[in-house]
Amino acid sequence: MSEPTQTRSPRPAALSSASDRLFQGLILLLASVIVLVFVLSIYQLGRESWPALSRFGLSFFTERTWNPVEGTFGAVAMITGTLVTSLVALAISVPLAVASALFVAEYAPKWLANPVGYLIELLAAVPSVVYGLWALFVIAPVLGQWQLTFFNPQTHPERVELYTKCAALWAENKTTLQCFFVPSAGGGRGLALAIIILTVMILPYTASVARDVIRLVPQDQREAMYALGATKWEVISRAILPYARAGILGGVILALGRALGETLAVAMVIGDSQDLLKSLWGGASTMASVIANQFGDAQEALHRSSVVTLGLTLFVLSVAVNFVARLIIARLTPKGIQ
Amino acid sequence: MMSAASSSPARRHALSPARRLQNTLMGGLILLATLLVVAPLILIFLYLLREGFGAMFNLDFARAREGLGAVFSGANLDFFTKTPAPEGETGGGLANAILGSIEMLGMASVIGVLVGVAGGIFLAEYPRHPLMPTIRMVSDVLAGIPAIVMGLVAYGLIVLKFGFSGLAGAVALGFLMIPIVVRTTEEVLKLVPQTVREAGLALGLPKWLVTLRIVLPAAAGGIVTGVMLALARVAGEAAPLLFTAFGNSAINLDPTKPMSALPLEIYRGATSAYDENQRLAKAGALLLITLIFVTSLLARRASRRK
Repeated sequence: MSEPTQTRSPRPAALSSASDRLFQGLILLLASVIVLVFVLSIYQLGRESWPALSRFGLSFFTERTWNPVEGTFGAVAMITGTLVTSLVALAISVPLAVASALFVAEYAPKWLANPVGYLIELLAAVPSVVYGLWALFVIAPVLGQWQLTFFNPQTHPERVELYTKCAALWAENKTTLQCFFVPSAGGGRGLALAIIILTVMILPYTASVARDVIRLVPQDQREAMYALGATKWEVISRAILPYARAGILGGVILALGRALGETLAVAMVIGDSQDLLKSLWGGASTMASVIANQFGDAQEALHRSSVVTLGLTLFVLSVAVNFVARLIIARLTPKGIQ
Repeated sequence: MMSAASSSPARRHALSPARRLQNTLMGGLILLATLLVVAPLILIFLYLLREGFGAMFNLDFARAREGLGAVFSGANLDFFTKTPAPEGETGGGLANAILGSIEMLGMASVIGVLVGVAGGIFLAEYPRHPLMPTIRMVSDVLAGIPAIVMGLVAYGLIVLKFGFSGLAGAVALGFLMIPIVVRTTEEVLKLVPQTVREAGLALGLPKWLVTLRIVLPAAAGGIVTGVMLALARVAGEAAPLLFTAFGNSAINLDPTKPMSALPLEIYRGATSAYDENQRLAKAGALLLITLIFVTSLLARRASRRK
């Protein structure tokens, strides 16, 4: 970048100052709307969540019961649901995303790399509801069918016994590690389906950042390794990936931010249970899914305020995560460009 | 060129079988992972095409197998011209949602373009202004706010005072567009060579005229691309509309009244127990996804050519 300073400082002020200042003021005024939106968001969320926060205090974040009928609201189940779905989806999607980025940047010939890159970008353009619709109509029946087979009393009588034991535990809102992996009734909807669909939805964000940083790895690094007789995989694992690691991490955290706030696809498939996670295959909820499912019906002021408090929590969490991601990416970019 | 070097016969001999196996294996895994990443997109599109296309034009593929004419005699454009049939009845379309989406996206663009382009100009053309770092940071932060949270904000700002309305939905969508437009505008403005600005200034033009008459037109293509990408992004958002625009089963073009949108009807239909609503939701999803794909492909193609 050439320095813009030169054009600005030596100009005579008299020629244009009035109209220039007017234009700059107008642009600044419009640009300030950005800050205004942010401030209004904080004000709005803060004001509406105040009743719940002042009533429950920090116990809102440590209490397990979410019961609109009794008027007790604790967000542990939703916070856990959000973190578990996001982090597990992230853990599954990162290797896939990095592999696809390596394919596009290192393996594919140009005629194939561009279309594949396009397709991965289109994956990010598919709306949340459409993912939800597909998961509901296509994947859920498959999972539901699998659960029916798993419990078939004719073929697996011993499993039915296990299920009865687990169902009793679940009824008391308890779980054991074994029962966590035992399928529960629900027609395929539940935590597992939410994780599957979230994995697909956040793939493109990590993949496109990873592809960009891998392309920034200097050609010398590759050539030096090949000159030593390294195989392609050795070049990737010892020269390219270590070099691109920090940038990929930025992309991963960006994807985490997406996963935390992802709403409708998750709300449609997660089964909407306000209990703390019991089974991988059973119902659960995330902060975003509870907002989508309950805000419209929340009549009680305290219920409504509690839902907005979930929104505020989500807001703070997403802002923090995105801030870290951009910090990592920003710290990395100048090094890559030079 | 790299692969040619590594697979030359001389090199092959030097490789131990273990290293060669590892190399092949990892290459295979990477190819497999890429297929896994791309598969959902293709599966979703094929599924919607199969389920939605017939519903969109009221084609009856079962009758079609008996004779080709049956499909065309059954075809009609109800999907685009009618509103959803009452629950439990058949027929109807999503005209209310299509019109609502168009109107809300139009209103959202006004906010998104006005504020977004101004923000981009400010960041690119006044980099030494003391407020520049603040606005850059806040714009980045806004990009990460979940859409549903923006819906809550718009609810508090507008719906609490004036009730559910298309305008409230448009404001939520417009807020979501801002950071995308800011970023792309700033990037394309920075691509305009500094010498072009200097030439304008040397002719005695004031800075504002240089910006408006020389720099902006030079970057117009890129800015339009950014706006299209932002539109494609928010066109599919249903979450912020749930409690702002709210939805409306009748055609409504009055922005102060509840209004429907394609993603809203897809959400309602997909979670509905009625076959007919599910059918409309699949056709709506096919329409939405096609429009979004075409828009983003056009936008990306245009930006690549620059």
